[in-house]
Amino acid sequence: MSEQTSSSTSNSAPVTGTARVKRGMAEMLKGGVIMDVVTPEQAKIAEDAGAVAVMALERVPADIRAQGGVSRMSDPDMIEGIINAVSIPVMAKARIGHFVEAQVLQALGVDYIDESEVLTPADYENHIDKWAFTVPFVCGATNLGEALRRINEGAAMIRSKGEAGTGDVSNATTHMRKIRQEIRRLTSLPEDELYVAAKELQAPYELVKEIAGTGKLPVVLFTAGGIATPADAAMMMQLGAEGVFVGSGIFKSGNPAQRAAAIVKATTFYDDPDVIAKVSRGLGEAMVGINVDDIPVPHRLAERGW
Amino acid sequence: MIIGVLALQGDVREHLAALAECDVLARPVRRPEELDSVDALVIPGGESTTMSKLAVDFGILEPLRKRVAGGMPVYGSCAGMIMLATDVLDGRPDQQTLAGIDMQVRRNAFGRQVDSFEGPVEIEGIDGGPFHAVFIRAPWVESVGDDVEVLGRVTEGPATGRIVAVRQRNLLATAFHPELTGDLRVHRFFVEMARAAETTEG
Repeated sequence: MSEQTSSSTSNSAPVTGTARVKRGMAEMLKGGVIMDVVTPEQAKIAEDAGAVAVMALERVPADIRAQGGVSRMSDPDMIEGIINAVSIPVMAKARIGHFVEAQVLQALGVDYIDESEVLTPADYENHIDKWAFTVPFVCGATNLGEALRRINEGAAMIRSKGEAGTGDVSNATTHMRKIRQEIRRLTSLPEDELYVAAKELQAPYELVKEIAGTGKLPVVLFTAGGIATPADAAMMMQLGAEGVFVGSGIFKSGNPAQRAAAIVKATTFYDDPDVIAKVSRGLGEAMVGINVDDIPVPHRLAERGW
Repeated sequence: MIIGVLALQGDVREHLAALAECDVLARPVRRPEELDSVDALVIPGGESTTMSKLAVDFGILEPLRKRVAGGMPVYGSCAGMIMLATDVLDGRPDQQTLAGIDMQVRRNAFGRQVDSFEGPVEIEGIDGGPFHAVFIRAPWVESVGDDVEVLGRVTEGPATGRIVAVRQRNLLATAFHPELTGDLRVHRFFVEMARAAETTEG
């Protein structure tokens, strides 16, 4: 059941599934773009464009929104097809709390599991015990407390949540700013106030204390949800994201290959407006957006997970 | 002396931090003019296909090849090892490298992420006992040319005997990530290599 958190096993047999190799995998994705794909063909386009990884899912969030119904892990045949189509890492989404979907994804050989609010949750109380797996997990968070609860459950990477499938980046900025703000606040607190801070964040004291000291999460922090343009990606990087997930923004746009490559470039040169301007030209139509405010509260994905 | 870290993608920050701890000036390099201002370079871990593509698109691949051919000291970890190889197996057909070290490297050779592991590796020429090495979807070296020194091999487990550290003149490569473990011996070794190259170049 349990996995070692940070074993130091010098001079002993090789060991897999440690916190270091799980978190280290996410370190290698930094500065990169991870793209949602639903077919092997889309995965090829993403790899050709310079994606650092692809995320396999059944339907992109925009379609989940449009079609409704229960949204689940992808068909294993599709995932296998995607794994065989590309040489970059393949991630796949499991429903919140659905540990058997996660077991299946691990058995299929995916490189990272996203326990994702974009799919319909399978458990409204418990998330997956991610320490019990060899494969690493990424989870979404709208604030620091949520991020720390996921890390406490074994998440090896965090993505700030946006409102997936909208092309509206406003929730992504809100949540990234919120997480960074709460981290900054912790670093300014005297030690004797960290106990109450942990209580308020509903997060373990040990993690709160660690962050107060280091000023950063112990895992990589990406951004996700509503990113549709190179400028969106660059803005999220400037706000402190270490990399970008793009969902519907690419394959719901007029020219996916070109837009994908442009978002990759804007993520690397996020602080260079000349590059961002250059790659933003002539991309054709961006995905048709939905304002988050127009979505009735029960249909907001970012509010799933707790 | 200034050591650059190629900052197109990957764990750039960890290498910058390790170099800073070795008391050298280190800075990120993304553009050709930034490459001109450094004396040596580290190519970090990351996704080699992405790095290769960005290096081509932003016009830094040819300048990098020229500097490597001109003797600039370079250290590559994991994806950096792939970038330094003359020959890549299981890469993309259009994958470009700096072709610095005469070796054939197999990408993702140990398997997928579930096979990523930590384990001991001895490195020749570096004292202090075996490295606690972290391999993440790592490559290994399938074969090397006559001028390449093999510095390290896997010593335990199913991949025992596989080559995971090599050197050819001023070029150094490891399949694992010393930047993730806080063990600075590989970075110190590289800094010494770079200093020695600086004095011989005069």
